[in-house]
Amino acid sequence: MSSLLTCGVVDLGTPRVGGPTGASAAASEPSHAPAHPVPGHPDRADLGMVHSWDVVTGADGPGTRFVTFLAGCPLRCAYCHNPDTWKRRNGTPTTVAELVSRMHSFKRFIAASGGGVTVSGGEPLLQPRFVEAYLRACKDDGMHTALDTSGYLGDRATDSLLDATDLVLLDVKSSDPDTYRDLTSVELAPTLAFGERLAARGLPVRVRFVLVPGVTDDPANVAGVAELAAAWGNVERVDVLGYHRLGVAKYADLGLPYRLEGVEPPTAEQLAAAVEQFTRRGLVAVAS
Amino acid sequence: MSVLSHQTAEAAATARAAGSGPSAHERAWRGFAEGSWSTGIDVRDFIQRNYTLYTGDAGFLAGPTPRTTAVWERLQDMFVLERERGVHDVDAVTPSTITSHRPGYIDAERELIVGLQTDAPLRRAIMPNGGWRMVENSLAAYGYEPDPVVKEFFTTHRKTHNAAVFDAYTPQILAARRAHLITGLPDAYGRGRIIGDYRRVALYGVDALVAAKLADKAACEKGPFTEELIRHREELAEQVRALGELKEMAASYGYDVSGPATTAREAVQWLYFAYLGAVKEQNGAAMSLGRTSTFLDVYLERDIAEGTLTEEQAQELVDDLVIKLRIVRFLRTPEYDELFSGDPTWVTESIGGLSHDHRPLVTRTSFRYLQTLYNLGPAPEPNLTVLWSPDLPLGFRRFCAQVSIDTSAIQYESDEQLRPRYGDDTAIACCVSAMAVGKQMQFFGARVNLAKTLLYAINGGRDEISGAQVGPVLPPLGGDVLDYEDVRARLRIMMGWLAETYVDALNIIHFMHDRYAYERLEMALHDSDVLRTMACGIAGLSVAADSLSAIKHAAVHPVRDERGLVVDYLVEGEFPTYGNNDDDADELAAELVSAFMAELRKHPTYRGALHTQSVLTITSNVVYGKATGATPDGRRAGEPFAPGANPMNGRDKHGMVAAALSVAKLPYDQAQDGISLTTTVTPAGLGATREERITNLVGVLDGYAAVDGFHMNVNVLDRATLEDAMAHPENYPQLTIRVSGYAVNFVRLSPEQQRDVINRTFHGSL
Repeated sequence: MSSLLTCGVVDLGTPRVGGPTGASAAASEPSHAPAHPVPGHPDRADLGMVHSWDVVTGADGPGTRFVTFLAGCPLRCAYCHNPDTWKRRNGTPTTVAELVSRMHSFKRFIAASGGGVTVSGGEPLLQPRFVEAYLRACKDDGMHTALDTSGYLGDRATDSLLDATDLVLLDVKSSDPDTYRDLTSVELAPTLAFGERLAARGLPVRVRFVLVPGVTDDPANVAGVAELAAAWGNVERVDVLGYHRLGVAKYADLGLPYRLEGVEPPTAEQLAAAVEQFTRRGLVAVAS
Repeated sequence: MSVLSHQTAEAAATARAAGSGPSAHERAWRGFAEGSWSTGIDVRDFIQRNYTLYTGDAGFLAGPTPRTTAVWERLQDMFVLERERGVHDVDAVTPSTITSHRPGYIDAERELIVGLQTDAPLRRAIMPNGGWRMVENSLAAYGYEPDPVVKEFFTTHRKTHNAAVFDAYTPQILAARRAHLITGLPDAYGRGRIIGDYRRVALYGVDALVAAKLADKAACEKGPFTEELIRHREELAEQVRALGELKEMAASYGYDVSGPATTAREAVQWLYFAYLGAVKEQNGAAMSLGRTSTFLDVYLERDIAEGTLTEEQAQELVDDLVIKLRIVRFLRTPEYDELFSGDPTWVTESIGGLSHDHRPLVTRTSFRYLQTLYNLGPAPEPNLTVLWSPDLPLGFRRFCAQVSIDTSAIQYESDEQLRPRYGDDTAIACCVSAMAVGKQMQFFGARVNLAKTLLYAINGGRDEISGAQVGPVLPPLGGDVLDYEDVRARLRIMMGWLAETYVDALNIIHFMHDRYAYERLEMALHDSDVLRTMACGIAGLSVAADSLSAIKHAAVHPVRDERGLVVDYLVEGEFPTYGNNDDDADELAAELVSAFMAELRKHPTYRGALHTQSVLTITSNVVYGKATGATPDGRRAGEPFAPGANPMNGRDKHGMVAAALSVAKLPYDQAQDGISLTTTVTPAGLGATREERITNLVGVLDGYAAVDGFHMNVNVLDRATLEDAMAHPENYPQLTIRVSGYAVNFVRLSPEQQRDVINRTFHGSL
C-alpha cells in the first residue's frame, strides 16, 4: 500500500461532474473503449494485477468470502471509496496459482461458513481471462463464485467466464444515461446490455445501487433502476448502499480532487424510501 | 460407589417395611430412567439417560414476569451506588464461612430461589484465609476499619495462605514477581478455577454425598501413612465437615437438603445452595458454576409434564437463579481490579455441546439461560459460554448468534476441541479452562509476560525499565542489527529460567493453598480422586511473535540508554505480522507456544499435576503492557498488549476471519488451558439485515470450529456506541462487552481500559 504515495502525484485526469468524459486522456487506460486491450498490459489468463485481498463477511456476496480486488478501472465514479484501485499499475502481478493457493488457506473456514469467493476491483472485467481462469479454478474446487462488476465491460465476459460464475454483483449506478455519465465518466448502455445478457442466461444477480443524496436519489432515477431490475427477472436481491465518506482521505493521499465535497450520507429515512421503491416492484431490497 | 446403592436400597426397604410409602429417593427420582447414576455418583450418566433434546427455535420462550422484574428492580439503585463507591456495603467484622451469616434476602416475599453470601444483597464479606493483607487493604480502600479481634486472630493465631507463601518464596521468585515478569499469581487471594459439581446436591442430597465420602475415607485406612495419604484423609474429613455446614446453612433458610430435590424448584434451590456455600467459603479468582442447564432441564421438563409448572414459571426459576449469580461479590483491592477489571467473579456456565454419541446436549433450558439476557438485560455474569459445534441444532445456533448480536454477552468454545479431550460433561472454569465436572480441578497459575521475557533475552536478564539483574546473565549482544538466531538462542535460555522460576512459585502457592485455604465444599463435590492440572499461562504472545518476525525479516537496530540497556528499537524494512493468516508470522507465534510449554514440562509439579498453559490475558493486557518497555515490533514502551492470543491491535489487516485463522494455528495440545480470541465486529460487518447477520455469525462460528479454532469472544458493537458510553456512562449501566474470556460492564472499566477496548481492531466492511 505504500506505493500509493509514490503514484499519488500522477495526474489522473479525473473528470468533474457534468464535465467532459475524457477521463483517460492523461492516463494509460481506456475509459470507454472496452473492445481494446490496454496497451502494455496484455490480459493474460495466468497472470493478473491484484490490488489486495480481504476476507469479508456480510458484504460482496453471501456468507464469509475471500474477496480479491483487482487493480484498474475505466470508471471514475465520484463516490468511489477505493480510488487507489483505479490504476492497474497499483496492483501486484499475481498468478492464478498464487491466488488459488491463498484462497485455499481460507477454504475450510469459508466452506463451513456457507460463503465463497468474490472477484471485485477495480473493474475485474478489465482482466477477463485472468478472472475466468481464477473463477473456474475456484468453482472446480467446489467454491461458490461471485463477480462484482459495473457491467461496463460486460462484453468482455465470455460465456465460459459466466459459466464459472454463480452470482453477479452488478452495480447499476443510475438508470439515467446522463446521470450515469456524469457520475462515472462512462456510458450506461453497456451495463444495461450486460444485465440483459445475464437475464437471458438466468444467472443470479444482486443489483447494487449507491444512494447519493442530490446525485442518484431522484425518485425517478431510483424507480428507473428498480424497473430495470424487476424486468430482468433474475435479480435475487437489491443492495441499496448508502453513500459514505470513508474513502475521502484516500483522495487527499492520492492528490486527487474529491468531487462530492459537502455531500452528506443519506439518512435512514432516505434509505428506507429507496428500498421501498424496489420492494414495491416485487424485489427483495435491503439497505446497508 | 456401592455405599449409595446400599444406603438407598436399605432406606427404601426400611421405609416400605414401615409402611410409610416410597423412600425419599424414590419420590425424588420418580420417572427418571435408572442407570449407573442411581447406584453411584454419576451425574453425567443421569443426564445422558434423562435429558430431552430440543431441536426447535426460541419461539417457546417466556418474557419476564412482573415478579421477576420487581425483584430485579430492587437491586438497580444499589448497583448505581456500588458503581459510584466501588462497593455497596461490607461486613468488616465477620469472616465468611458457609454458616457465618444469618439468612439474607433481596425481596423475601417475592424470591423463588433464596440465599445470599451475607445477610444483605451486595454486602461483601471478608475471607481472610487467603490473606489478611488483602482484607486490610480492601477495607482501607473503601473506608472500613478492620476489626481488631479479627486482625489479631488472622495475624497471630491463624496463619493465612498469603503469609505462608511468602515464607517459602525464593529471592528469585520475588524478583520476577516485582519486575512484573510473573504476574497475577494467586498468592494473596483464593486461587479459584475449581468447579464443584453442584448438581450432585440436587440429585443425591447431602446425606448420600457424605456417605460416599465416608466410604472413600474408610477405603484408605491402610498405610503406609505417607504425607500424601495423611493429607488425603484430612481433606476427606474437611469435605464431610463442609457438607454438614451446607445442610446447616440451607436449614437457616428453612430447607432440608439432606435428601435429593423432588421438584424443579428444589433442584434449582439445592444446586444454588451448594454454589452459595462455595462462594461463602472461597474468594476464588474465578468461581464458576459448571454445566447445569441441561441437568436442571430434566427437572423442569418433568414438572411441566406433570402439570405443576408452566413455561413462564420455569423461566422464573431460571431468572431467579441468574439474579443470584449476578450479585455474587468479593471484597478485593483496587489494584486487583486494575488487573482483573470490572469486579469479575467468572460465574461461568457452559451451555450446549454434544454427547460422545453425537446427540446435542441442547435442551429448552439451554435457551432459557440465554433468555435471561433479555429478561434481565445484558450482564457480564454469569459468564455464559456456549460449547459450539456446527452439529448443534440450527435453531440453537441461530439463537446464540442472535443473542450475541443483541447483547455481546456470550463467549464460544469449540466443543469439537473439548469433547475428545475432556469428555462430554466438561465445563469451562473462568474463561477458557476446560475441566471434566467433579473429576478434574486445576491449580490456577495466572501467567508470565512473554514479551518482557524477549526483552530480558536481549538485555541479558536485566529489566529494561529498572535495569535490575533479574534473569540469568548473558554475554552482551554484538553488532548493530539484532541477529535472529542469536536472539532465539538467548530467548531459549531466558524461557528455560523463567519456566523453572514460575513452576517453583506455583508449587509453593498451591502447596500452601491446600494447607491454609483448602476448598472444602468445592472438593466435597468432586470425586475423591481427581485429576489436577498446573495451569500456567503466557501474555504478550502477539508482541513477542511480531518482534521475532521483525528481527527475522527486517533490520532491527537496538537503541541503548546511558545504562547500556536496550530501551528502544529502530526497524528498517517490512515484516509479516501475526493475524493475517500468513504462515511466516503465524508459525513464530505457534513455535513460541510450543517452546514455552516444553520448558514448563521439564519441571515437576506439586501433587503431580499435569502441566498445561493458556494464552489468555483477561483485561490485564493493559497492565502488562504498562510494565513492558518498547519492543522490536515497533510497539512503544507502556503500550497495551493485545488481549489473549489476539493479533496486535491494528496489525490484522485482512479482517476478522484472517485474524481468527492465525489464532487457530496455535496448537491447542500445547495450550490445553485455552487460547483466547476476542473479536469485535460492527453490525454492518456481519451483513445488512438482522437475519443475514445471524446467518453470517453462525457461519463464522461454524467456520472457526472447522479450522480447529478454540475460543471466540464475539462483540457486535459500533465504535460510536463505546465512545458515547465513555462520555455518558450513566446511559449505559448494562452495556456489556467481551474481553479475553469474560464479559465486563463497559462502564466499570478504567478510562485507560476503555480506551484500549475502543482502540482495538473493529472489523467492519466498507
